[in-house]
Amino acid sequence: MIEVRWHGRGGQGAKTASQLLADAAFMTGKYVQSFPEYGPERSGAPITAYNRISDERCPIHSNIYDPDYVVVVDETLLESVDVTAGLKENGAVIVNSAKDPADLRPLLNGYKGRVCAIDARSISMDCLGAYFPNTPMLAAVVAVSNMIERETFLSEMEESYRHKFARKPQVIEGNLKCLRIAMDEVKEA
Amino acid sequence: MSIRERMSGNEAIATAMRQIDPDVFAMFPITPSTEIPQYFAQYVADGKVNTEFICVESEHSSLSACLGAEAAGCRAVTATSSAGLSYMNEVLYVAGSLRLPVVLAVACRALTGPININHDYSDSLAARDSGFIQLYAENNQEVYDNYLMAHRIAEHPDVRLPLMVCEDGFITSHAIENIELEEDAQVKAFVGEYHPEHYLLKEENPLAVGPYGVSGYYMEARVAQAQAMINAKQVILDVAADFAKTFGRSYGFFESYRMEDAEIAMVIMGSSAGTAKACVDALRAEGVKAGLVKLRVFRPFPGEELAAALQHCKAVAIMDKSEGFSSMGGPLFAETAGAVLNLEHHPRMIDIVYGLGGRDFTVEAARSVYGRLAGIAAGGDLGPVYTHMGQREK
Repeated sequence: MIEVRWHGRGGQGAKTASQLLADAAFMTGKYVQSFPEYGPERSGAPITAYNRISDERCPIHSNIYDPDYVVVVDETLLESVDVTAGLKENGAVIVNSAKDPADLRPLLNGYKGRVCAIDARSISMDCLGAYFPNTPMLAAVVAVSNMIERETFLSEMEESYRHKFARKPQVIEGNLKCLRIAMDEVKEA
Repeated sequence: MSIRERMSGNEAIATAMRQIDPDVFAMFPITPSTEIPQYFAQYVADGKVNTEFICVESEHSSLSACLGAEAAGCRAVTATSSAGLSYMNEVLYVAGSLRLPVVLAVACRALTGPININHDYSDSLAARDSGFIQLYAENNQEVYDNYLMAHRIAEHPDVRLPLMVCEDGFITSHAIENIELEEDAQVKAFVGEYHPEHYLLKEENPLAVGPYGVSGYYMEARVAQAQAMINAKQVILDVAADFAKTFGRSYGFFESYRMEDAEIAMVIMGSSAGTAKACVDALRAEGVKAGLVKLRVFRPFPGEELAAALQHCKAVAIMDKSEGFSSMGGPLFAETAGAVLNLEHHPRMIDIVYGLGGRDFTVEAARSVYGRLAGIAAGGDLGPVYTHMGQREK
């Protein structure tokens, strides 16, 4: 079983990203869980979302305290949230940042595992013309974890976009390009 | 042929509603149940249902509108949570006493205060004596399946009682998980159409609905209603048997998980039962004779059956996800204690109130409960009977 914890801010789509990851894994035959943790919701407040991905149905319905992967959708959260709490040493943290991963490590409370960075903003602006960090972050966590084989992931996502954007086919190519570039450009320290 | 899908508990309920295509859905939104009417409104807009979708100004009115529709012979549904269910309270009793089998989906959520949007059973268990049948679920699949069985149970001529299909707010209502859906045509065939024997405007048999009950008749009406709740037990089992035959998934009043030779056990409801099962599996691997009973049907309360399932245990923890302010434990504890009262030998029992307002329940937390039970089973002190899990000291 692979467990993922997403950190974002209300309105940035961390919950949606966790749903997209669940969708992709579901389409490759897995059992999935995607769930948000809600507080007094307001736009911009820190929020957490989770994924469990497994070969058998997982009966556990608690939050995730020892994730395999942590995805940080908003870099400014590193100042206020202990994002690597409980993160497995053989896992990885993936941060939406233009910084070099080596420069992020000092901000991660001594985490010793893999630190990855992806500049989701510039990729999103280049491919989609607007800032939607979800798509590059999703691709980055799939690339780093290798939980879904690259070509399978891309073809499943294409299928999903063709369904989801049936009325807006012009955005499909940009989203697919966004996924490919993010998978290639995620950096690791 | 089942359809492999993934969706939240709320979408699963809305899907079941779409497949059943009720006559009336009267809606007023409240977190975390709001998505149910939201999905359903889309089905209405897309022409996928023939339902009269009525937006009203409060929960008191949504259930009242359902009762009006039911009294006219329609199949009516609604959904709510928390304060919305509290606001319906007066009308809940009317539904039960008028014997109108409305089906109410409840995404269970804490009651104020402090104000909180997360899960516990304060709302639905506060309504336990309202005359509604109550079904609880561990996950989206069970919520869906319970919903497919709900109308048949509620509308059965031996029952004719309203019914709540309860799911855990956010934990189930908002979590996307795999689910096996059934084909629309098969669902429609299983649920069937609603043709009540009596309704308001039936020409051959006009009737009054909701008249005053003088003391000379009031009690007869109440006892008839109580008898209907007793009758519901057999109907729940019969419908579950037909469901198993039709769709292959089995349900009873409760699920006994690794209880055959269990010495220590929990009685627990909803999504927490899944988490506790993972703990039971781990303990069994270590040679600990642990089990659990996951209660599916709270009303009617299956006391005799539950007592029989627990009687061979040495120590049992009743896990209450609502605080009844009784000073001696939560509602599940009170009911279970009543159920085992006349057993010749009953297990030693403790009550643990947990998970209020969305406080997380983990595998480790379950392990701590079984640890305490093992000590009691080994002849140790019972300790305090009524405690609160993970209570902060400051």
